[in-house]
Amino acid sequence: MQTSPQGALPPSTRPRLAPASLGRWLKENLFNTWYNSLLTLVSLWFVWVAISSTARWAFATARWEVIPANLTPLLIGTYPRGQVWRIWTALLTVAFLAGATAGTAGGRGKRVAAWVAPLALASLLFPLRWPTRVMLGAAVALVAGGYWLFRGKRRLWPWLAGAWFFSFPWILFLMWGIEGSGAMPRVETSAWGGLALTLILAMVGIAASLPIGILLALGRRSSLPVISWCSTALIELVRGTPLVTILFMAHLMVPIFLPELRIDKVVRAMIGLTIFTSAYMAENVRGGLQGVPKGQYEAAMALGMSGPLTMLLVILPQALRAVIPSIVGQFISLFKDTSLVAIIGLLDLLGIARSVIANPRWLGLQAEVFLFAGLIYWLFSFTLSQSSRRIERALGLTKPS
Amino acid sequence: MASTQASKRPEPAGRGAISFWRHRGARNIAIQAVFLVAVVAVIAYFYNNMIRGLNELGLTFGYRFLGLEAGFAISEGIAYQPSDSYARALLVGIVNTVKVTLAGIVAASLIGLVVGVASLSSNWLVRSLARVYVEVFRNVPLLLQLLFWYSAVILKLPPVRQSVEVFRSFFLNQRGLYLPRLIAGQGFSSWLWFAGLALVAGVAVYFGVRRRLKRLDRPGFPSLWALGTTLLIAALGWFLVPHPPLDVDPPVLQRFNFTGGMHLSPEFAAILLGLSVYTGAFIAEVVRGGIQAVDRGQSEAALALGLRPWAVMYLVVLPQALRVIVPPVTSQYLNLAKNSSLAVAIGYPELFNVGTTIMNQTGQTLPVFTLIMACYLSLSLITSAFMNWYNRKMRLDER
Repeated sequence: MQTSPQGALPPSTRPRLAPASLGRWLKENLFNTWYNSLLTLVSLWFVWVAISSTARWAFATARWEVIPANLTPLLIGTYPRGQVWRIWTALLTVAFLAGATAGTAGGRGKRVAAWVAPLALASLLFPLRWPTRVMLGAAVALVAGGYWLFRGKRRLWPWLAGAWFFSFPWILFLMWGIEGSGAMPRVETSAWGGLALTLILAMVGIAASLPIGILLALGRRSSLPVISWCSTALIELVRGTPLVTILFMAHLMVPIFLPELRIDKVVRAMIGLTIFTSAYMAENVRGGLQGVPKGQYEAAMALGMSGPLTMLLVILPQALRAVIPSIVGQFISLFKDTSLVAIIGLLDLLGIARSVIANPRWLGLQAEVFLFAGLIYWLFSFTLSQSSRRIERALGLTKPS
Repeated sequence: MASTQASKRPEPAGRGAISFWRHRGARNIAIQAVFLVAVVAVIAYFYNNMIRGLNELGLTFGYRFLGLEAGFAISEGIAYQPSDSYARALLVGIVNTVKVTLAGIVAASLIGLVVGVASLSSNWLVRSLARVYVEVFRNVPLLLQLLFWYSAVILKLPPVRQSVEVFRSFFLNQRGLYLPRLIAGQGFSSWLWFAGLALVAGVAVYFGVRRRLKRLDRPGFPSLWALGTTLLIAALGWFLVPHPPLDVDPPVLQRFNFTGGMHLSPEFAAILLGLSVYTGAFIAEVVRGGIQAVDRGQSEAALALGLRPWAVMYLVVLPQALRVIVPPVTSQYLNLAKNSSLAVAIGYPELFNVGTTIMNQTGQTLPVFTLIMACYLSLSLITSAFMNWYNRKMRLDER
């Protein structure tokens, strides 16, 4: 197999290609050698078989009515229906921040539209209720608004990073509510579920593990042997253990260790996810700390700054900036990993999907439900990984290829 | 928290003159002592609570339960009866974990290599298919994929009497995959002599060829020569032995089920499929990155020397890419081993699954957890030891 030529010359010196015709493109890209022709034919046959059998199943055999019938639980679990506006508010906050991030990261308008348009279209095409459609429309408008407001304002990215960080407690506050208030009554975590719970678990995991991860990374690099050993041991212990084990441990051991506090299932899952993510976060941060040149320490010392002050004002800001892409990567993998809470009986997106299948009314519809849940996971995870590449480029951490 | 840099400051002169908390050595010791006391206090508090909880349940903390009778059945694995001890049950789990991990590593590496090379193909269709594969499978949670393979694909296969047949010897149905097995035949013991001879000859040829090449200072492949010799002698022995050394034991459909042959349970098939497809997508990305990291001049030079494209790939680019590829792939292997614990969701009896059963029966949560963690940790340590050895071996020896 031949590797494709890429980027051999800078664009300006690359010879202009003759306008390609379809036949020529086919010859160059699919039939340039005998084995490539063979590969093309085999692949074409494979694509045909895959698409035709999938289409036959999807349009003839599959019973998709299970999805609209269970859409609300899949998305928000058993959250009180009268309080759904709180989830919407949280979603709109995120939409605005996402648009603003696309703007500061220098995303092209067309690209943003390409992500948002299918969502808008889907909200019109699928049989949704009108309030839902209006709210989805507002979300799309906020993405666009955020994008236009922050377009090209690259210098605002530190504020934006801070806004993302603080949006997490804000969303938690929205979900949780205030004890005894009329407008925003407390909603216990046992009522949280579906996609909303999945997203919240991922957000809490990241937001809580960032400070812990920073402390662990600093501890591992500390010159004090006791602190350094303890941090290293904790990090390696957690990284060497599967997440299911840690989740189970948090699930079973927290009530044993702290019997006085009655900590409920969701919070225990959050603790497990945070412990797990902190260890990986610590390694990310450590990578960022190692990337800060030595001269920075020396300069700060020459200015007479104390050790902690140097760390806080000089080293950490630079290290964390370099770590932003890996934090986003961590968020993506945590987002996927939260599905493991279904094993300890939480009703996140996957947990609800499993309980829908267990319902005798929808017997034997595993494929439909799992494919739908998989599509939601895929949409989020794919969108995030694509945008993280753009953020990386916008921060000037990688050269545009 | 004091940083590394703080220790590099010059020691102030006249240490007797300064007060205690200004003295760095004393301060460091004080900080560490306070830290240690705090850690020990927290652990002691947790431990105390746990012991109190266990006492209320009438249990004592310890590993003595390992010798007791387990009393639960395990669906597959090495020989085991419910009357065996808990330790034996754990061992069954460990063996099952190792089994699925090794099989998964082989399958995922193959998938990753093929898809990674394919994603750099000059063929647009092949390239796109490889990209689609990677982007689909790496962006969906593994647990969801496992549940999908298990409950929506494998359990929906036809029942035993209407198995999917391939070559009349492979049978796929909802009870898993049945395939022929090789068993020792009549001539096996006499053939073993030839096999031993082949191995010895192979090793001898390897060192002989290597010495000769070294003397002549020429490049070559002593391992290929050795492999060829071994296979030749072994094959010769195969035909010289009067009875066939290996017999094929095909699965045969009886009244209700298959007998003979090899059987992969649906759980094993699902976890193997899920793990290898998921990890394969990640390995493909690593392979792609590794190949792209090889300087273009290398393949251009090889092409200029008249090597064919496949030879450029296998003789020039891949060996160099391997250096970049191996460390991240090792960590993918580790992830695969850890992810095999997700088999608990579909009931494959691996380490974690057996461990949770034992926990439920005995109430010894912490001891079982420490055992499970120790197993996974030793797995990681062995792997990282291998990785360090490999990195040392593959380090570029620059002249």
